[in-house]
Amino acid sequence: MNIEQFLSIFISAVFINNVILSRFLGLCSFIAISKQTRPALAMSLAVMFVITTSSIITWLIYRFLLIPYNLTYLRTISFILVIATFVQLVEIVVKKISPPIYRLFGIYLPLITVNCAVLGVAVLNIDMFFVDSRPLAGSFYYSVFQGICVGLGYSLAMLLMSGIRERLDFCDVPDVFKDFPLAFIIASIMGLSFLGFNGFRF
Amino acid sequence: MNRLLKEFLKGIIKENPTFVLILGLCPTLAVSTTVFNGLGMGLAATFVLVCSNMIISCLSRIIPDRIRIPCYIVVIATFVTITELIMKAYAPALYRALGIYVPLIVVNCVVLGRAEAYASKQTVLNSFYDGLGMGVGFCLALVLISGIREILGVGRLLGWTLIRGFEPVFMFALPSGALLVIGLLLGFFNLFKKKNK
Repeated sequence: MNIEQFLSIFISAVFINNVILSRFLGLCSFIAISKQTRPALAMSLAVMFVITTSSIITWLIYRFLLIPYNLTYLRTISFILVIATFVQLVEIVVKKISPPIYRLFGIYLPLITVNCAVLGVAVLNIDMFFVDSRPLAGSFYYSVFQGICVGLGYSLAMLLMSGIRERLDFCDVPDVFKDFPLAFIIASIMGLSFLGFNGFRF
Repeated sequence: MNRLLKEFLKGIIKENPTFVLILGLCPTLAVSTTVFNGLGMGLAATFVLVCSNMIISCLSRIIPDRIRIPCYIVVIATFVTITELIMKAYAPALYRALGIYVPLIVVNCVVLGRAEAYASKQTVLNSFYDGLGMGVGFCLALVLISGIREILGVGRLLGWTLIRGFEPVFMFALPSGALLVIGLLLGFFNLFKKKNK
């Protein structure tokens, strides 16, 4: 475990392999909710929270439940079930404890269950930080950190996109390209500009 | 019979999951670098779609309404795991190429969307045809996108060089190329719809 590794995870997850622009995870929510900045911010915060906590939970499940009992092929089922249950639980707790926060991102929580980014990061953590079903040194910290960074990358892309789309409301675009088609083209151009970060290798 | 044919055909054009419903884009874009990968993904998703549609429509009376989504997810995840294991055993090259996008079929919105919107309310036979139609529509969309990307980005189709001396546009092999292709295609589909009205 060293600082360099953390730094390279950060750069890679936020810029080079940005979840949305280069891995296409969570694209549906990205296109659907990025029309205005406020909902986009709320959704990003919710996603960041869920990704981070679920990478903790899924790592523990994989390490202490699936590996000892030789059940690694049940990875997909167990992860998605745990994530779905966890999201539901968070929704109930937030609703009870803090209605303002619930109003802010409560409606986006159920959507996160089927957000590919959450399951994607969980699977990615396992692929990257386990070798032959054995965890690398410090793999738990790397997994959690990668969860946070992917959340940050998601928020970055989401906020940039919503800022651009808010301005586009005042532009005169061809009728057939309104909304979705244009959003994809913008995302493509953003992806190209993110390509510039590719030089940042460690 | 005619009605069943209609259930089958509607997924291909009228309610095409990719171009009309705009669902399940994550895998569509990520694996569409070559036609081989695109078709593999499409077939895997079709298998999951057909099986889960049938099972969910069988069980829809037993599943309690309040916990239906987790139940659907378990059914879908089971078939995805089956696909994953089969692919790993018989098509390891494809499995490696698709990577984490195979387990991610679980969260493909097309599958869950059809389970929720269609299979839970319809008969088993209808659901089978619906799943098959949607799957074929998804495959066709994937082949279209990956075909465009493979021709422009690599200069080849299914490994065959099409035009001699054509300099490939590297951008189309990159993720941004996928986003550009689908954005333009959606625009053209809108134009087509508007003209037909």
